[in-house]
Amino acid sequence: MKIHEYQAKQVLSAFGVATLENRVCRTPEEAEAAARELGGGTVVVKAQVHAGGRGKGGGVKLAHSPEEAREVADAILGMDLITHQTGPEGVKVRLVMVEQGCRIARELYAGIALDRASGMPVMMASSEGGVEIEEVAARDPDAILKEPFAPDVGLQAFQARRLAFRLGLEGKQVRGAAKMFQQLARAYVARDASLAEINPLVVTEDGDIIALDAKMDFDDNALYRQKDLAGMRDTSEEDPLEARASAADLAYIALDGDIGCMVNGAGLAMSTMDVIQHHGGMPANFLDVGGGATLERVTEAFTIILEDPKVKAILVNIFGGIMKCDVIADGVVAAARQIGLSVPLVVRLEGTNVERGREILAESGIELTVAGDMTDAASKVVAAAASRS
Amino acid sequence: MAILVNSESRVLVQGLTGSAGSFHAGQCAEYGTQIVAGVVPGKGGTIHAGTPVFNTVAEAVAETGADVSLIFVPPPFAADAVLECGDAGVPLAVCITEGIPAMDEVRIKLALEGSGTRLLGPNCPGVITPGQCKVGIMPGYIHMPGRVGVVSRSGTLTYEAVWQLTSRGIGQSTCIGIGGDPVIGTTFVDALELYLADDDTDAIVLIGEIGGTAEEEAAAFYAASGSTKPIASFVAGATAPPGKRMGHAGAIIAGGKGTAAEKKAALSAAGIAVADSPADMGITMAKMLVERGLAAASVLD
Repeated sequence: MKIHEYQAKQVLSAFGVATLENRVCRTPEEAEAAARELGGGTVVVKAQVHAGGRGKGGGVKLAHSPEEAREVADAILGMDLITHQTGPEGVKVRLVMVEQGCRIARELYAGIALDRASGMPVMMASSEGGVEIEEVAARDPDAILKEPFAPDVGLQAFQARRLAFRLGLEGKQVRGAAKMFQQLARAYVARDASLAEINPLVVTEDGDIIALDAKMDFDDNALYRQKDLAGMRDTSEEDPLEARASAADLAYIALDGDIGCMVNGAGLAMSTMDVIQHHGGMPANFLDVGGGATLERVTEAFTIILEDPKVKAILVNIFGGIMKCDVIADGVVAAARQIGLSVPLVVRLEGTNVERGREILAESGIELTVAGDMTDAASKVVAAAASRS
Repeated sequence: MAILVNSESRVLVQGLTGSAGSFHAGQCAEYGTQIVAGVVPGKGGTIHAGTPVFNTVAEAVAETGADVSLIFVPPPFAADAVLECGDAGVPLAVCITEGIPAMDEVRIKLALEGSGTRLLGPNCPGVITPGQCKVGIMPGYIHMPGRVGVVSRSGTLTYEAVWQLTSRGIGQSTCIGIGGDPVIGTTFVDALELYLADDDTDAIVLIGEIGGTAEEEAAAFYAASGSTKPIASFVAGATAPPGKRMGHAGAIIAGGKGTAAEKKAALSAAGIAVADSPADMGITMAKMLVERGLAAASVLD
């Protein structure tokens, strides 16, 4: 789960991470009042969207007076912010954060992610702050300093100091930065984050260490023990069909093509997308109905696919293990009856209770094409979609 | 004797009385697996579907000589269940549970290091040695005893690969699902090490997916091993968009890394055959077997 910058700063502040005072605003008037409350001097107005790269897209602007803050907020609020993470259509800006300005001496990077190779969280730091860490990693992997740490032992003080020294910090900056690295590591573990980034982490002209930006993503599997974080979810930032699927416990990702897919298991779902493209088609979505799907979940999955206006044909590819083929068949029939099947449907079933599943489909009277294997299924659904475009 | 499990394996089931545990333990027993015990805290001393239930793993091991644990415990309690296997010295813990917090997986992995317990999973379909022992949720009937090992990060895609092999008359020695999470117990490299040393395995099908570097590590391990056992592979997610988590927590192309193209290139460079389409996993293996004289030409039909 992703949250906004202002929320990430709230989460990190609770662990002692130093941030600047800020206000969240929904209107230009609120932004003007916020700038006044923050002392009336220079402020930064920042678009609050989940995508990164906001500055380059024009979503972050300086304002030197409350009036200018209002003008800048007026320009940012409601804009379709386009960044390298949003796609060409951009995302609508609904919130801005107005934050105190500060005098920056140096911009650094600090972040934590789960390192799969070592199976541990790893603290990363770089003296190249303010730029995408992926760019730094691609250009010069050695420019990223790394310290892995075990969750319950934590990032040790010597590791945090080592990072600070290698970043070329001096005097009280070393203590300040090391402290912030440890605070970030504690927050990462305690809140079950999957990503925590401070970019840039700045050294001010006074030598203070401040988290000027903050980004946190959380492990969806741990939200059951992070209940207050769930309240930070902003579904307006999510694809509406994806949000609906997530509420129904379905793994769904909207894609650009015209062939709707319903598959059980993530690997098979990805492979189904691959085989569709192999046969010249384009998938409209990734959808894994999961292992223990109920009739209701299958029906909801099918409904979500049918609500995507791009979909010209549907492929159901099920290899039953935990998931029983008769449950899938019942769901397909129920959904097709409830909302009407407006596009060609190709079904490939194999695995647990496959005979019963095939009977249910055959007896339903619903018009569909049965496929024998993945190649057969893909070529049939690609042909069906092509015949309708 | 294949790898990990065989007809001698004695299996205890943690979470035996839950709906998933009960159903799948029944399916495993029907396949011929020796289900010797259940562990459900608070239900010790009862009998569930003919199987004695114990309060702790240690008791179950002491009383029944169980040497494999099959875990169906819900996510909040699954890490504890795995660690209890480590404490009791169960040689193999197979964790089916999906949805365990990643931080718990890190904790499990660190805690089991240097212990005598091998973890398979979590979030995996389990392991099966066809005709001998099924410890997992895979449909038994799609398998056929034979000499090809199958190892995969995905559940249903493993079934697909197995079915393609069986349909061609190619049997399997042992099939392993290692799981789709970012931090798992047994890795591709661990599985390859076992297969390459196994006299009952002639060849291996390895099924990867986008995200991480497990396939690249497997390729490097195979190249360095000097083994000539043929390996056929497929990598799912060639058409997945970057930055999107494709169902599995581990299946994500992040920062331009972990793409199918990179993985396929690494596998090819190591001398591993790569199927272009998931529909071709079976035929790719069949061709290698025939070339090496390990199967009759009829498997190509």
